[in-house]
Amino acid sequence: MSKTIAEINEKIKRGKAVVVTAEEVIDIAREKGGRQAAEEIDVVTTGTFSPMCSSGVFLNIGHSKPRIKLGGGNVYLNDVPVYTGLAAVDVFLGATALPEDDPRNKFYPGEFNYGGGHVIEELVAGKDVRLVATAYGTDCYPRKKLETWINLKDINNAILFNVRNAYQNYDVGVNSSDRMIYTYMGVLKPELGNANYCTSGELSPLLNDPFYKTIGIGTRVFLGGGIGYVAWHGTQHNPHVLRTDNGTPKEPAGTLALIGDLKQMKPEWLVGTSMLGYGCTLTVGIGIPIPILSEEILRYTMVSDADIFAPIVDYSEAYPQRKPDILGEVSYAELKSGHITIQGKDVPTASLSSYPKAIEIANILKGWIEKGEFLLTEPVAPLPGIESGITFKPLKERPIDG
Amino acid sequence: MDISRRIVLHFPPRVTGQPVVYHLAKDFDLTFNILKASITPGEEGLLIMELSGDQGNYDKGIEYLTEAGVKIQSLSQDVIRDEARCTHCGACINLCPTIAFSLEPKTRIVLFDHNKCIVCGLCVKACPPRAMRVYF
Ligand code: SF4
Ligand code: SF4
Repeated sequence: MSKTIAEINEKIKRGKAVVVTAEEVIDIAREKGGRQAAEEIDVVTTGTFSPMCSSGVFLNIGHSKPRIKLGGGNVYLNDVPVYTGLAAVDVFLGATALPEDDPRNKFYPGEFNYGGGHVIEELVAGKDVRLVATAYGTDCYPRKKLETWINLKDINNAILFNVRNAYQNYDVGVNSSDRMIYTYMGVLKPELGNANYCTSGELSPLLNDPFYKTIGIGTRVFLGGGIGYVAWHGTQHNPHVLRTDNGTPKEPAGTLALIGDLKQMKPEWLVGTSMLGYGCTLTVGIGIPIPILSEEILRYTMVSDADIFAPIVDYSEAYPQRKPDILGEVSYAELKSGHITIQGKDVPTASLSSYPKAIEIANILKGWIEKGEFLLTEPVAPLPGIESGITFKPLKERPIDG
Repeated sequence: MDISRRIVLHFPPRVTGQPVVYHLAKDFDLTFNILKASITPGEEGLLIMELSGDQGNYDKGIEYLTEAGVKIQSLSQDVIRDEARCTHCGACINLCPTIAFSLEPKTRIVLFDHNKCIVCGLCVKACPPRAMRVYF
């Protein structure tokens, strides 16, 4: 049996599509068998809600009178610097940007209470944001200073464009040193005091489509509470990694670049985030529908926490020094039990990715599709797969004064 | 009138060997619930407890402790979770010294037991969306 996306869309329009979440599909398919489940189910929805640093917004703030050329000048939104190396009134606000007077890690561990991710959250929440700009002035753009409130509803464009989201699997972070460390994997206690992981496991989008057979460029997705699209494969996309027999990557693998109109998104799904001692970022909600085109596609969505393995990485030594050593592998079923064993030691686990919110996203997307409000798209091009030969290269440093 | 307060007791080295808490309970008819204790003989000790009893006895008990050389700090601060901001990620769970957070196994919602909180503040800065707030 096989279905096409067009056929599934017809059912969605008639309100007849059968949609289940990537969590629900596991039991249904085990009970009914893959073949029958693949016939009955049209769409499986996935979800994830995690800090994702490579996120940001392109803004076109409109032209002042007289005009000012922000391009090449200095612009701050609520004191957070934005990138101005673009046309006159286009700027880019990145999630990890910090106010210049933020003490960073000068008082260790730095708190990082407010940064780019928080400005994005405030914009989406409809709050006024303070823009302060200085420019050099030209004949056609004479103005040199601008101070004004801006609001998402008044500016021309606000395009969320995240160049790396939705990592297909990720490390489990631990700390084997004798002091507390503060990382993007959270606060890690000394002597393997805790272990943090960061994907939604069996609900995670790319873990349900391990070979990118349905998710491709142009796939319509839930992004930040609104609608977005897969724009490209994300930075560091690395399909060629160790995989289990059923294709699930055993280390960080594929990634997605996502794009969407910020104006239709919601602050609950784009949350400004502070990682103690590390920096600011944005927690992004993403949900991706997987059309069940065949029994094979359905089988991939049956992946459960027991089938997903992640490497345990020491963030006090192996990670910062870029050493390949890992302290072992654990399944998501073990991680979610609350305890894992590392080198004979019982270590409590916790997540940085919110599972309850991932389920909520998968259910919202399911609701949209069931009500006929969200149609699936045919990818316009596939994401690079294993055969692409893409690998994740480290930086080869070459001395400049060599 | 009965009252109940959460207090932090700092014991200087010379007091740590004495049974002050025993006297506190016995002589002043107070009940206590120890929330956190770290006392090493010969060093300064720290005891966080909820102390309850009749107001008059409570005041006398505090006076007794002060005379015995114990420094008392009241836990007038409070840590509250902003429910709308909590994303239930779980980053706080293994940081809290009194295990005030727990995971609802099925939904994986992070529960916060306010009564177990001793206002150490550890979770406040470690909570990524800053849902845990200190109130004075
Ligand atoms: S760290 Fe903060 S957001 Fe995460 S579960 Fe704890 S209180 Fe909620
Ligand atoms: S302040 Fe936070 S970490 Fe400290 S006891 Fe209270 S809940 Fe636990």
